[in-house]
Amino acid sequence: MSNASFKDRPKGGVGDSFRSWWNALARPAQWAFGAPFILLIALLPLLNIPLLTTEGTNFGAVMAQFGMYALIAIGLNVVVGQAGLLDLGYVGFYAVGAYTVALLTSPSSPWNQTGPNGWLSTDWAWLACLPIAVAITALSGLILGSPTLRLRGDYLAIVTLGFGEIVRLLADNLTEITGGGRGLAQVAYPRLGVTEEFPLGVFSAGNVGKTLNSGVWWFWFSIVLIIIVLLFVGNLERSRVGRAWVAIREDEDAAEIMGVPTFKFKLWAFVIGASIGGMSGALYAGQVQFVVPTNFNVVNSVLFLCAVVLGGQGNKLGVILGAFIIVYLPNFFLGRTEILGIPINGDSIAQYKYLFFGLALMVLMIFRPQGLIPVRQKLLTYGRELFVAARRRSKAEEAEVTK
Amino acid sequence: MSRDSESEHDPGAIGAGAEVGEEYRHMSEEAYGEGPVGPMITDDAVTVDVADVHPELADPEVVAEIVAPTRAIDTRVGEPLVELNEVSVQFGGLTALDSVTFTINRGEILGLIGPNGAGKTTCFNAMTGVYRPTSGTVTFDHQVMAKLKRNQITRLGIARTFQNVRLFGEMTALENVVVGTDARHKTSVPGATFRTSRHRHEERDAIDRGMALLEFVGVGGRATEKARNLPYGDQRRLEIARALATEPKLLCLDEPAAGFNPAEKAALMDLIRKIRSDGYTVLLIEHDMRLVMGVTDRIVVLEFGKKIAEGLPSEIRDNPAVIAAYLGVPDDASA
Repeated sequence: MSNASFKDRPKGGVGDSFRSWWNALARPAQWAFGAPFILLIALLPLLNIPLLTTEGTNFGAVMAQFGMYALIAIGLNVVVGQAGLLDLGYVGFYAVGAYTVALLTSPSSPWNQTGPNGWLSTDWAWLACLPIAVAITALSGLILGSPTLRLRGDYLAIVTLGFGEIVRLLADNLTEITGGGRGLAQVAYPRLGVTEEFPLGVFSAGNVGKTLNSGVWWFWFSIVLIIIVLLFVGNLERSRVGRAWVAIREDEDAAEIMGVPTFKFKLWAFVIGASIGGMSGALYAGQVQFVVPTNFNVVNSVLFLCAVVLGGQGNKLGVILGAFIIVYLPNFFLGRTEILGIPINGDSIAQYKYLFFGLALMVLMIFRPQGLIPVRQKLLTYGRELFVAARRRSKAEEAEVTK
Repeated sequence: MSRDSESEHDPGAIGAGAEVGEEYRHMSEEAYGEGPVGPMITDDAVTVDVADVHPELADPEVVAEIVAPTRAIDTRVGEPLVELNEVSVQFGGLTALDSVTFTINRGEILGLIGPNGAGKTTCFNAMTGVYRPTSGTVTFDHQVMAKLKRNQITRLGIARTFQNVRLFGEMTALENVVVGTDARHKTSVPGATFRTSRHRHEERDAIDRGMALLEFVGVGGRATEKARNLPYGDQRRLEIARALATEPKLLCLDEPAAGFNPAEKAALMDLIRKIRSDGYTVLLIEHDMRLVMGVTDRIVVLEFGKKIAEGLPSEIRDNPAVIAAYLGVPDDASA
């Protein structure tokens, strides 16, 4: 290998060198570096950093919403980023998850299972409903996926768009069951940490006003769920399943001919993506304790997709960053009249968030179509040693060149 | 009947001597010296020294052993592997294949040639069950081919490469091959979630066999590079490695030499021979006459959906019907 040609090689940026350093670390070392970072993020709402915190709304509540959107982005990323199936009706799964919890626990629902006659105790109703919501959404993903995943590209997008709308319209029109436009109130939540100060528990929507409010508790809870989901999705990615997904995304016909049962794995992607969306929906129902159909408009699907595309399709950390941007930026401007002394009208900026997201997406598509943190997936469970060898070698060359 | 011969058919080769292969090999030695079949890596991308990771792969015999684990069982050389019996395929009124009968024997390299539109691809699709023959039967490994899903056909033991390279561009070379090895794996979502012992065993097997296959075709040094960044020749080799990874009984190469220069063609011929000597049966669909004449054991010639000749390369070369099909016949003779 000649030195001259080595110099011509395009230099990777900071991100690339960080990534190669990170990939070379062993699993325990990655945890050792990652855990303090996660801890720092978890403590963000308590630290109240002046420029970072939101003024118009409670920062804890914003972070709780971010936690839900991060889950959604991870789930949608499995479908769109990994398997390459454009799903424009993802909000439908979010709604199914939220309504499952609401229908089972809200006193205004005919299927309420809490209270004297139900089999759900008020304290644990929400936690018991979480796996039920995940299972029901997985089933809805299976029901939607089995007929439609024979379609490709735009056709699949149109069908899923229809699904999202059907779910919302059902919620709006089945007045006897879902309460229609009035919605379902008093949805259960985990009644934990009940003290004299918090008679309804720390997760209650009534716990507001303090720094350590219910939003922060929900945020912490969602961090735990996010880590579990990330480990689950990461295990899948570094296996036959993840490789099948990426192969389908790259060239579906070639994948099929190379022995990948494409339909089966597309269905898996759909079901897994749906169940993560449903989990997030259940979180939403528990946190807000109130679900109405207007929260599941099709524009939310677009917003979720925006988070995935903005952050970087296929990159799990990227889509979490995308979710953060989507949730945080409008709230950051809300109620703000100046940044660093420059006067702005924050409220109207927040109002026009769709305009700004649209502009941001267009700019991004021109200058960085792969997203903020582009994908560099690892698809092998035991591939690390190879990357280490490649890295050692390229470092040795670099040393030789600089000599 | 008269027809303009296409330049890529290289009609001169039909009359040329058996030393074409020799000539190629000579060129290949000039170009590469001794060493692996593949071209030496001269590019500037990040390479991996395979010996760093898998020291045992420095030994070609070990590589061959890992590449073809089932060859001892499956090599009953000479027995028919694929039998086409009076196969016809019709699309509406168009007869794409007209009572074609031939067999592919285990352990041989069969060349399937013919002018454009002769029905080579239709024949291929009928053989792999993509089309159901209008009449006649295709037998693969003593089983009559039913209409199967394409991924099932691959697991039955027929692998193919593509005329235009169709790799998974965003995956590394090794990951591409591992997708091929996955055809023999059974882990699905539950196994991968809980990292069962079968999953771990399969992942080890995937990397071991993947690296061995990359070494086998000569792109082992580029295992961690994205497939889209590989040079064209390496992409074609990678495609062959990926097809071999599915542990096929029959490997179908669809114009593997398209876009190759003579030195690369020579290296490809060596690779095809190496694949055969490893116990695979190879079906070669190719336009390049020198390559076909130089590497195949037998040749089947199709024209207008009919088999017009079958035999050893030397017989085909002198067969008047084949020469007529490729060169055309003078107008006065056809009148």
